[in-house]
Amino acid sequence: MNKFKTYLKHPFSFIMLILICLAALVTVASIIFIIIYILEKGIPNLTPELFSINYNSKNQSMLPSIINTVYITFFTLLCAVPIGIFSAIYLVEYAKRGSKLVKVIRITTETLAGIPSIVFGLFGFLAFVLALGWGYSMIAGILTLTMMVLPTIIRTTEEALLAVPDSYREGSFGLGAGKLRTIFKIILPSAVSGILSGVILAIGRIVGETAALIYTSGTVAEMSTSLMDSARTLSVHLYCLLSEGLFTNQAYATAVILLVLVVGINALSNFIAKKIAKT
Amino acid sequence: MSNLKEVFMKILFLLCACISILAVAVICIFIFANGVPAIGEIGFMDFIFGTHWKPSSGEFGIFPMIVASIYVTAGAIIIGVPIGILTAVFLAKYCPKKLYKFIKPLINLLASIPSVVYGFFCLVVVVPVIQQLTHTSGKGILTASILLGIMILPTVINTSEASIRAVPDMYYEGALALGATKERSLLKTVVPAAKSGIMSGIILSIGRAVGETTAVVMIAGNQAVMPNSITSGVRTLTSNIVMEMAYATGLHRSALIATAVVLFVFILIINICFSILVRKKEKQ
Repeated sequence: MNKFKTYLKHPFSFIMLILICLAALVTVASIIFIIIYILEKGIPNLTPELFSINYNSKNQSMLPSIINTVYITFFTLLCAVPIGIFSAIYLVEYAKRGSKLVKVIRITTETLAGIPSIVFGLFGFLAFVLALGWGYSMIAGILTLTMMVLPTIIRTTEEALLAVPDSYREGSFGLGAGKLRTIFKIILPSAVSGILSGVILAIGRIVGETAALIYTSGTVAEMSTSLMDSARTLSVHLYCLLSEGLFTNQAYATAVILLVLVVGINALSNFIAKKIAKT
Repeated sequence: MSNLKEVFMKILFLLCACISILAVAVICIFIFANGVPAIGEIGFMDFIFGTHWKPSSGEFGIFPMIVASIYVTAGAIIIGVPIGILTAVFLAKYCPKKLYKFIKPLINLLASIPSVVYGFFCLVVVVPVIQQLTHTSGKGILTASILLGIMILPTVINTSEASIRAVPDMYYEGALALGATKERSLLKTVVPAAKSGIMSGIILSIGRAVGETTAVVMIAGNQAVMPNSITSGVRTLTSNIVMEMAYATGLHRSALIATAVVLFVFILIINICFSILVRKKEKQ
């Protein structure tokens, strides 16, 4: 009651309080609305036919796209994770503080993180599809995405490595281990959960990406059999369904699966982050 | 032997670290080498300030797209930033702990929803509403601004919240002790003190809004003409590339790559602003 009286005396504060609460409410409400709307419209459209092995003009099955998404995610991580972790190891464990090279690497990673995905896609199209003559192929998409997720992995790994206390390194050196042994036996194992959460973030980005893939890995909706095949991921599948404009129901169903995937990936990364906080 | 291994691995790590330099260099070379000659051929002024985009008759003016990208981004900032900052204030200073545990993961979830899902949602929910309210096609600057405003929320909220929390408590307590109300202390001392962090969040979200493609292409209308009202359909730089790349050849294709050059330059400017701000903050 007392509080209320103070607010009556200060209308500015009262209005601000209302605005602050309203803003929070709008944010939360829009998130919940988006999720519930997609789930409500999509779940009734999840028919078994949408999960058949073959895609044809009568049945817009999304299973091939799901499998392609798994392929592309797997191979992108195969390229990006070692490069990203090794870069971070160099930056944290080897590089001298304030060296010119490190500065350049920092700036380029920042730049790479800011480049819009359509520019990545265009580059992949020019370099891999046209210049190297691979045509629309999974490998073109994979290499493009590798460049795209590299900054995410480098940054999170760097943070995880920096969080390892120096006493670990000193202890290991003190026992006579070399630098390499220290890195692989002591530092990486203690940083593994931080690195993992970065990798999961990268997975989320790969699964959700469309613009970088349309002109690199292409839009063929069948299951691919080799890396040189064109293949669409689930996000691209949704984009294509929408641009054809005929398959709203199938699009709802695809959106649900995408949403569930992303929520799952997100929950996993939160879970791991919590584990880090505990240890 | 082991010494050799050490040296070998050190070089391997170094090479991996250089890959990101290589990646940026290669991207720049490909985009600029393919795009800049096209700008030369079309003519710099005709390309940047030309108001007609008619590839079939050889007119390549991207001014309408530049304007559209700026309008849409500005709209997103107008919608997203105030809501974002106020939500961040709520999260940092008002939110009960239990509620926080519920809201925070939701906001992170908002950040990870794929843009194509956002676009789809907007297409089936926001577009019809705007259609009814304004009696237009429903696809245009306003719709795109709303969509991007929602999409940049998590970036604005997370950076603002972190920098509001980083402001020393004595600022807030000092203001309270001087007799200011809680809201006044927050908005007149704490938020201004967190300004540079909030600014860097805004710049990050400008980058995201300018670069967004698949969501915008679904709901912006895509007419390559100068917009004359808030509801008119527009085509942004990004949508121009994604829409026409599939069938473009010759000068038309080069003009699209040149569009990417312009986009790239925009993003570089935004990045530079961002790193200047961050460095300034570090100095403080």
